[in-house]
Amino acid sequence: MSLTPLLRKIFLVDLVKGLKVTFHYQPPSEAITEQYPLERPVIFERFRGQPRLNSNPDTGESLCIVCNLCALACPEQLIVVKGERNPATKRKEVVSWTYDLSRCMFCGLCEEACSTDALELTQDYEMALYSREGMVLDQAALERGPEPEKYAK
Amino acid sequence: MSERTDYLDLDTKDETFLDATELVLNMGPQHPSTHGVLRVILKLDGEKVLGTECVIGYLHRGVEKIAENRTYAMFNPYVDRMDYVAAVSNGLGYCEAVEKLLNVEAPPRAQYIRVILTELCRIASHQVWLGTHALDIGAITPLFYCFRDREEVLKIFEKYCGARLTTHAFRIGGCIYEAYEGFEQDCKKFCDAFLPKLDEYEELLTTNRIWVERTKGVGILNPEDCIALGVTGPVLRASGVKWDLRKAQPYESYKDFDFEIPTGLNGDTYDRYLVRIEEMRQAVRIIRQAVDGLPQGPIMAKVPKVIKPPVGEVYHSIEAPKGELGYFIVSDASTQPYRIRVRPPSFVNLQALDKMVRGLLVADVVAVIGTLDIVLGEVDR
Repeated sequence: MSLTPLLRKIFLVDLVKGLKVTFHYQPPSEAITEQYPLERPVIFERFRGQPRLNSNPDTGESLCIVCNLCALACPEQLIVVKGERNPATKRKEVVSWTYDLSRCMFCGLCEEACSTDALELTQDYEMALYSREGMVLDQAALERGPEPEKYAK
Repeated sequence: MSERTDYLDLDTKDETFLDATELVLNMGPQHPSTHGVLRVILKLDGEKVLGTECVIGYLHRGVEKIAENRTYAMFNPYVDRMDYVAAVSNGLGYCEAVEKLLNVEAPPRAQYIRVILTELCRIASHQVWLGTHALDIGAITPLFYCFRDREEVLKIFEKYCGARLTTHAFRIGGCIYEAYEGFEQDCKKFCDAFLPKLDEYEELLTTNRIWVERTKGVGILNPEDCIALGVTGPVLRASGVKWDLRKAQPYESYKDFDFEIPTGLNGDTYDRYLVRIEEMRQAVRIIRQAVDGLPQGPIMAKVPKVIKPPVGEVYHSIEAPKGELGYFIVSDASTQPYRIRVRPPSFVNLQALDKMVRGLLVADVVAVIGTLDIVLGEVDR
């Protein structure tokens, strides 16, 4: 009765069992670490990253109609849109558009509120900066969109 | 009310300090084994713990106050930041509470998608618990294996709702994202691959002599104390109380699924480990049934664009990975809630710490904090 536990204790059966599992993962094919700057992760389509303001590809005009819905939907109130009605075209046009990236939590509510697909959260995730300067994006920066840095080997 | 005589008096100077009979020691807030910024003041007699006092609030962000200044839809992303290890469960609890207030119900397809994601989230949360708990006790391997396998769950989250950790997956009235192409296959593939991995975790720990010695008989909590302290979740079930809100007060579509509630016998750290491992198996069972029975149809109920619930109050609780997660919402018929109170499982479970560690050694305090599975983001809110 008490012999088996004793033998298991002497021959360290439980430890050997555990080591068998760990040694099973020793071959290099089992390595799962991503060598980040050289090897980029796959980003899926619905990922919410750096924002971009889309413009009409044919005319180059901004798709934003200054409806202010994104600014109203944002829980952190970090979007400020100012517009003016153009008397010639009778359309509202953007005067200033700022997006404070430092306060954004990428919840995607602004993107959902946008009625014209102007505001889009892109798949770019490399937004780290060394200082707070440049974290408030203006219209030009938003329309340029993310410019991912390339790292040479 | 009886006077508590054994209360830890930290202000009066200990006259016997030079005799070194009693020692007051601060554990945390910067301690890797307190799973965040928990500070535990320990009163020790040598290695023996005479009493503890928890100091919390280092991660307080005033989430309940923020809610009073946000609309109902705007507050949704904030709840993910409370229990950031199980963000999907938090979102589910909040959305359901507001739906109860609005008197709407999510369509069946949305309910099934919610169940699948919540159960995946339960697995992910338990994996983080198992990895960190084992690391605290001295087994480093399970941490790597758990995080490796959790990656698969996070990938499903990212594909479904665009975020890995603070997901913001559900909206009031249903889901906003339709299941992506290959969602069912991904879930099934994960289930098939995960069960052998779970056996591996068990092979590493269940019979391991060091693990058994460190966990068996440590931090025993009997069922009466559990109920008196309001402890819920796996900690309660490991003490032998069969109480699970998914069965007791079925929400979503949990009554459609066939699953067991694992319970423990002794209420010690080892039993809590076994209960959580079995819970992961049951979660896989629920996911398989939900994926097979995923109905077609709309995913969003008819909810007004501007949510303005009628005057009233509602309490709704769900079985989060850590226990009963409840939301109490008071509405004054405006677009913003008048008051939101969150009943977080970690905060309530943490109260059992003092009861569990008295008479144990300092090293066991680490094991007990780990087994309670607390997340400080939820304790402090």
